[in-house]
Amino acid sequence: MLIFLIRRLLQSVLVLLVMSLLVFAGVYAIGNPVDILISPDANQAERARIVAAFGLDQPLWRQYLLFLQNAAGGNLGRSFAFSTPALALILERFPATMELAVAAMLLSVGLGIPLGLLAGLKPRSLAGKTIMTVSVLGFSLPTFWVGLMLIMVFAVKLGWLPSSGRGETVDVFGVPLSFLTWDGLRHLLLPSLNLALFNIALVIRLTRAGAQEALQQDYVRFARAKGLSNGRIIGVHVLKNILIPIVTVLALQFGSLIAFAIVTETVFAWPGMGKLIIDSIRVLDRPVIVAYLMLIVTLFIVINLVVDVLYSLLDPRVRLGDSR
Amino acid sequence: MMTRMVRQPDTPLVRFARAYFASRIAAAASAVLLLLILAALCAPLLAPQNPYDLMALDIMDSRLAPGTRSGDGRMHYLMGTDEQGRDMLSAILYGLRISIAVGFASTAVALVIGLALGLLAGYAGGRVDSLIMRVADIQLSFPPILIALVLLAVSGPGVGKIIVALIAVQWAYYARTARSAALVERGKEYMEAAAGLGLSPARIVLRHLLPNCLPPLIVIAALQVASAISLEATLSFLGLGLPVTEPSLGLLISNGFQYLLSGTYWISFYPGLALLLTVAAINLVADQLRDVLNPRLQGV
Repeated sequence: MLIFLIRRLLQSVLVLLVMSLLVFAGVYAIGNPVDILISPDANQAERARIVAAFGLDQPLWRQYLLFLQNAAGGNLGRSFAFSTPALALILERFPATMELAVAAMLLSVGLGIPLGLLAGLKPRSLAGKTIMTVSVLGFSLPTFWVGLMLIMVFAVKLGWLPSSGRGETVDVFGVPLSFLTWDGLRHLLLPSLNLALFNIALVIRLTRAGAQEALQQDYVRFARAKGLSNGRIIGVHVLKNILIPIVTVLALQFGSLIAFAIVTETVFAWPGMGKLIIDSIRVLDRPVIVAYLMLIVTLFIVINLVVDVLYSLLDPRVRLGDSR
Repeated sequence: MMTRMVRQPDTPLVRFARAYFASRIAAAASAVLLLLILAALCAPLLAPQNPYDLMALDIMDSRLAPGTRSGDGRMHYLMGTDEQGRDMLSAILYGLRISIAVGFASTAVALVIGLALGLLAGYAGGRVDSLIMRVADIQLSFPPILIALVLLAVSGPGVGKIIVALIAVQWAYYARTARSAALVERGKEYMEAAAGLGLSPARIVLRHLLPNCLPPLIVIAALQVASAISLEATLSFLGLGLPVTEPSLGLLISNGFQYLLSGTYWISFYPGLALLLTVAAINLVADQLRDVLNPRLQGV
């Protein structure tokens, strides 16, 4: 276990280094870093300060080391557009993205499991077939297109729900949250549904497959023989057994949700990290781009590491010592 | 059954075609896909107007609803017009051309690269194998959109750049599949026979190993074309993919997005429909290919 952890950590550090090299090469080596890192309307003193801070007068390898040193200290430059530290700007948007991702996760479980159970228990019924067809669409439709359609139908045609922004927020420990107000909830519904779509389809499939398999098992027959009610058999015995793979897969999907939030946030103008990065790319706010890329890759490496470790703890069959 | 025994045995291609077209949905999807590809190829011939010839556009016709005639009565805008008075049907045909070209080109190149690396890994084994597969594993642990975002954020938009990004996203799938197919095939007798005949490794890999590894890769490539087109549309919608001079379907949808809220739905809706139709048709074709090419499911 310890050897695995060390190996895995080393690998993570290596990926992070490769990533930083890629970002560094893109931002510093191609084109003139002075133009890239310094806002066009910066004055002479500001210019000199940044040149010194990033060592832009030094040889390339030394610049890279400085960049790493700065990055490790959390200094990834200042945003041109907001003239605040880039990292702080991104972290400020982090709660909005997390709120969206968590809401999407809850929707995937809340809608996916009941629908999947229905499809699994009554596969030949009209409802079962409809659910499966819709779940195929959930896999193959492009997220942004579904988002547009949701806006078109529910915001423009029907006028039921707002199409953009977070609505009214409540500060909890200094963190603004939407879901605590009615207005915020209304704003949260469409984007989180859009983001959840893929995962709803995934959970439906997993639940259906799991339910169909579980119904063949001896423990279900035994429970029936014991005279338990159908609701109890499905709600307690079957559900408990199919929940394990669903939870595992969903945990693995959490990182993807944060990545895909880029699309949903842009469509619904949800002020999270994803919208920030797209806006920054549009106005070429490079310090923010660099900071976002470094942060999101770090986040992914951490998520992957945690999932791998948890997996080994939950499932003793996965032996980590001799990885692959 | 009896008549079949008297007749000449079918060639593999005929058997494949019969199994493939046994599904009516797959046959319909193939027809739709063929039509879409033909429409994309012949866009300059089919389109009522060249959407990028600014001289042909009439600004007076901007944002006309589908089915309206132009002010001077010469054009009939079946799918409406956009902000600049561009006929949406023509724009969609040209956009489809770019989307399909980018999707197929990136998949083809990624397939060749992934196949070469996968076969190399599977055939050579050892260090080469673990290096290639480790890189593929690490890459597959990130969602495709994130990898494309990193590459495009660093390199900026452009047709060549988005193709490179889509190749970078896809190659690992092929490498992995090709490797596992190669590992299975490597242990078989015909490979031993080929080696026993003293054939060169290059000939063994290209003439004997490669053809037997292809079926699963064809299925994955078919599925990947759909996701490549979808990903390109997403990236273009986000403003990261193609430049405004080469508007794919994603960019057309993005252009119409700002008018969607004011009820001018058609600028986004019809390109979206074209995208949807393309992706769905390719997915259905790929599903059928999987069912037919997978020997475990054959004859079911």
